[in-house]
Amino acid sequence: MFRIAVAGNPNSGKTCLFNQMTGSNQRVGNYPGVTVEFIKGYADFSNEKVEIVDLPGTYSLTAYSQEEIVARDFIVNERPDVIVNVVDASNLERNLYLTTQLLELHVPMVIALNMIDVAEKKGHTIDAEKLSAILGIPVIPTIASRNKGLDKLEEACLQTIKDKTLPKAVTYTHELQHVLPELTEIVCGYSELCGNFPPRWAAVKLLEDDEVLLAKMKELKSTENLEKAVQAAKAKINAHSNEDSNTAVVEARYGFAAGAAKEVTHMSDVSKRMLTDHIDRVVCNRVLGPLILCAVVYLLFEFVFTCAEGNWIPTSITFESFTSPVGVLESLFEWLSALTTAHVTTPWLQSLLSDGIIGSVGSVMGFVPLIFFMFLFIAILEDSGYIARVAFIMDRILRIFGLQGKSILAMIVSGGLGAGGCAVPGVMATRTLREEKDRLITILVAPFMNCGAKMPVYAMLIAAFFASHRGLMMFSLWLISWAFALCCSFCLRKFLIKGEQTPFVMELPVYHVPTFKGLLMDTWHRTYMFIKKAATIILAISIIMWALMYYPRLNTSSLDKEITTATQTLRAETAKTAYAPLFAETELDKTIKAAANPGAETVQTGIEKQRKEFVKQLEAYKAGENPATPSSVIAFNKYNEQRDQKENAFAEKQLVYSFAGRLGKSLAPVSKLAGFSWRENIALIGGFAAKEVVLGTMGTAYSLGRDSVDEPEPLAKIIQHDPSWNKLRAFVFLIFIMAYAPCIVTLVAIKKETGKWRWAIFSTAYSTTLAFIVATIIYQVGLLFYK
Amino acid sequence: MTLSDAKEGDVVKVVKLKSSSAIKQRMLDMGIMPSSEIRVERYAPLRDPIQIKVKGYNLALRVSEGNQIEVEPVS
Repeated sequence: MFRIAVAGNPNSGKTCLFNQMTGSNQRVGNYPGVTVEFIKGYADFSNEKVEIVDLPGTYSLTAYSQEEIVARDFIVNERPDVIVNVVDASNLERNLYLTTQLLELHVPMVIALNMIDVAEKKGHTIDAEKLSAILGIPVIPTIASRNKGLDKLEEACLQTIKDKTLPKAVTYTHELQHVLPELTEIVCGYSELCGNFPPRWAAVKLLEDDEVLLAKMKELKSTENLEKAVQAAKAKINAHSNEDSNTAVVEARYGFAAGAAKEVTHMSDVSKRMLTDHIDRVVCNRVLGPLILCAVVYLLFEFVFTCAEGNWIPTSITFESFTSPVGVLESLFEWLSALTTAHVTTPWLQSLLSDGIIGSVGSVMGFVPLIFFMFLFIAILEDSGYIARVAFIMDRILRIFGLQGKSILAMIVSGGLGAGGCAVPGVMATRTLREEKDRLITILVAPFMNCGAKMPVYAMLIAAFFASHRGLMMFSLWLISWAFALCCSFCLRKFLIKGEQTPFVMELPVYHVPTFKGLLMDTWHRTYMFIKKAATIILAISIIMWALMYYPRLNTSSLDKEITTATQTLRAETAKTAYAPLFAETELDKTIKAAANPGAETVQTGIEKQRKEFVKQLEAYKAGENPATPSSVIAFNKYNEQRDQKENAFAEKQLVYSFAGRLGKSLAPVSKLAGFSWRENIALIGGFAAKEVVLGTMGTAYSLGRDSVDEPEPLAKIIQHDPSWNKLRAFVFLIFIMAYAPCIVTLVAIKKETGKWRWAIFSTAYSTTLAFIVATIIYQVGLLFYK
Repeated sequence: MTLSDAKEGDVVKVVKLKSSSAIKQRMLDMGIMPSSEIRVERYAPLRDPIQIKVKGYNLALRVSEGNQIEVEPVS
């Protein structure tokens, strides 16, 4: 099997060309030791199997960034059979600058002269054959987005592999040519220094002060000769050109590139202003620019959440009712959970399967539509070229806080608009940031935003204590979340992730319409990586969390006994009534279920028909409408209520008895500082798994039945009337929920994006500590004023 | 004068790069080197960064980076 590596500038259509060549047959891999991802694909070139590697897009092959080092190391160490250098024909000179550096590596190479249509629009006609003659390698004109010229490119690759043709050596400027042969000869004596690189390349790099090579030289012994030679060569260059050697090398390359570009490009008489310039005049305009940016950000938000959570998938072929992608997944997992509950009777296994595994995997899968659509929109913004303009417009403001322009997208997706969002796609949206430190800080502060899962808790507490100031409260919470994020990014930049901000020198690429195929492949790819992760790590953590909340178990015998007694009383009281069969050994459970679900459809025959009637009367009785209620209905109602009460009280006891409960209780003396009781502690511990869990766990801790906790109202009523709760406590709790630990799914996203568990753990630790300190301060200060 | 002193629409020629090695290398790679011609396209809404045209393509850089580029006007 032949191996091909695709190299080129960012925005040269490199990835598009790669996608067209390989189709969907792709894999993601990591370069050893670094977090730079690369994508491999497979294809058939006239019945010849080939493996194609998409190298990171770079402008140069110096040691400026990890991507550049990875690209050049791959080329010389992995020895691909041929390099396909994608060159943007509409931006020939700068693209040929990279080509020059690839030529320096002296490996078999083919040029894909891409985007010739864009060049023609610009008024440039390029003579590919002439360029081929100058460089000594095949040059194939292509339009990757429309699949043009790729068959010829494949042929050229195979031919080059067969002939093993090597490119001509680069002719540099006079000054450089003058010193190179001598220096190259000396470098030849240090084979460890060159490794697999050609000696002439190493000589040029030494003149360029390449950090990697200089470090290597330091490790070697007896390099005085070499060092002397390098210094001498540098001095010679300096004397000739009045420039330092580094600049001279770049000038020499650009000289070569510009010369070649000029010779092969024919410009039409009218030099046309490109469409991009006209669009930029509007999009980057001082007044319109920010307005358009706001509109795009708003659209992003609407698009992602409407597509993922909006009801647009028909549930029947008649198009009468609709559901959302999230809804589809949720009902799928609810169905699975119901299926397990029906078929597994061992209590712990049932709970593990339905709450621990299906529940947690289900809630993670619920994120998938969100992630998919977020990636899709981000891919559109990236491919079209708009993302660079976002960075351009926002950079100045966000830089104050140690962030940069593109951070705004991650913040918005995480919930920065104040009305829901999700930190998981938010953390992943930081992929558009190429600068490692800025990216890390953005990842660490994005979870402060008010994501959708925090909303039910907010809703509950606001309903209970701030019902008359709903809008004001939501607005304050929005402001506070931004204050947290910006202050933290400022401090992180100042004290922890120090270092000057990376240079912002950034290309504003030509706008173009993304291809549908490219978008979908890119989006699916990124989504799939997330699912794969969710299936493994999140499952493991979820099972641990489940066990913490479930074990150890209390003995249920006293509860069972009480219920048995109550059941016996019910049967005795109703023995002579018409409804007695409904309370028999095999029927009672079904009747209780039916009473809890009065709307459910059932078969209308025999005992089921009777049960339906019974539930109807029960409902009427509960609503106080039916004066002539049979005594058995009243008796059952009383029994049912008592039984609920007992079971809920037991569930509360069980929760307290569990590991999580014990932890919550033992933390109570500390958490009292911020006003949290053991009940809130347990809920917050549950919230480490997912913020959605907080409300449900609080419900259990306050002895509410499991069924009623999906709605915030009953819980709101209870704590409203609980004397230990007040506005201050509620407010502090709100702040804590906002700021403390990101949920598990976000943690996994952080690990995936930063490549290190260290940052995921740090994220949890610092945000929880900070949240607790802030909560304590507010609570203690508040206590002085609030009685 | 430096690049950051230039106004929108100005065309200038680079005389010298004053910055430290990493930023300088980046600028050189992007085609900003002595005798390159630069057209200042526009400033961002808060007057930073600057959008320039160099070697026929659009590039954005910060004012602090523009300060490191010594230029002279092209008549």
